[in-house]
Amino acid sequence: MRIISSSVFLDRIIQAIEYISFNPDPLIGLSLKDMLSQEQDDLVKDAVNSIIENADASRQDRIPLCQDTGTIVCFAEMGKEVHLEGELLFDILNRAVKIAYDRYFLRLSMVEEPLFERKNTLNNCPAILHTTITSGDKLTILIAQKGGGAENMSFHEMLNPSTSPKQIVDLVVETVKKAGSKACPPLILGIGLGGNFESVAINAKRAVFLPMNVRNPDPRYAQLEEDILGAVNATKIGVQGMGGAKTAFSVHIIQAPCHIASLPFAINLQCHAHRHISLTI
Amino acid sequence: MNIYEIHLPLTPSDFNLIGIGDKLLLSGEIFTARDQAHKRLCGLIDLGEELPIRLVETTLFYCGPSPIPEGKICGAIGPTTSTRMDIYTPLLLANGLKVMIGKGERSPVAKQAILDHKAVYLTALGGISALLSRTVQSFSCYMWEDLGPEAIYRLEVINFPVYVAIK
Repeated sequence: MRIISSSVFLDRIIQAIEYISFNPDPLIGLSLKDMLSQEQDDLVKDAVNSIIENADASRQDRIPLCQDTGTIVCFAEMGKEVHLEGELLFDILNRAVKIAYDRYFLRLSMVEEPLFERKNTLNNCPAILHTTITSGDKLTILIAQKGGGAENMSFHEMLNPSTSPKQIVDLVVETVKKAGSKACPPLILGIGLGGNFESVAINAKRAVFLPMNVRNPDPRYAQLEEDILGAVNATKIGVQGMGGAKTAFSVHIIQAPCHIASLPFAINLQCHAHRHISLTI
Repeated sequence: MNIYEIHLPLTPSDFNLIGIGDKLLLSGEIFTARDQAHKRLCGLIDLGEELPIRLVETTLFYCGPSPIPEGKICGAIGPTTSTRMDIYTPLLLANGLKVMIGKGERSPVAKQAILDHKAVYLTALGGISALLSRTVQSFSCYMWEDLGPEAIYRLEVINFPVYVAIK
């Protein structure tokens, strides 16, 4: 049994939250530079340039990339030979959120309950944590900041098993069109297919944070990812709804076995301020 | 795309000058207000009470800023989704509001109300908050501090970039 001290883990999480607040996924920057050389329209180029300059400004000025510093969403894989000494994983995570949001002047965006007072929790807690137990003696945790704008445009439906791949493409395009500039495109699209009502949504969220340049290992689903990306980009919604060739940077599908009667579908939208990091202890 | 430097508040001649798709560089006073502040403003109007801001001269920015880091003028600022404010917008327009800054499309009802009142809806780019923060010369909580990021903040900006979306 490998013992990890909770204070080491706490510090690593705080550092990770600090890092993602001021540094987007580096592949976003590369894609944007690529777009600059391809786009013709002045308005589109102006918008792309602003996003590139924002990443530099954020790093230099220590001002968050986006004022919506989001909900902290984590996927933890805990090796069964790891023992986390002291507090529970969820408690350490929330303590790290509380410290990081105060120390780095990040916006407190969580409310205590959804319907009545909507009183701010004043520490951005709780984080949302999904944990799986794996083999080995490592603890791997993906930490992301998820803003409200793109999250609100996400969509979930229990489809008929006779649904065709083409209908899936159409459904995604419809969702992206409805989101328009509200979700802050260019987007990253995470899609869950199969599983059941709750697992399909978790898979869609997990898919958003897969490496942007990695395709689905099943060639049929990899093709579907490509078809969806092509159809979404054909909408010409473009950067912040200003047009251009890129409405989404990448599409990621996570499929899962499902009931004979079901075809669960979920799509989670992510904005261009793609903030996530994975760390292994 | 025309680019105009505009000194707020927006004058009738500015209004006549600008067109859909133009880029404006705004300088002057801006007030933030998002969901909860809108709810309170409309609540005051419903009660017939005087508003804390003169809507006719106000540029309303749908924004919940992040806190001010030590030694800085302000934190991250950027637009939030405007559709959430659509249910409040017609009442604010009826009480004099002329300029709004947000992100994304408006509902048909809100859009029509903006057109009917000869008001302007401007959009700012989302997710460029550190860059927008550089345009801020002064920043303070104006009222309803208890709302945290949803309070009304007063900003003075120089060359704050927006695009004309509805007029």
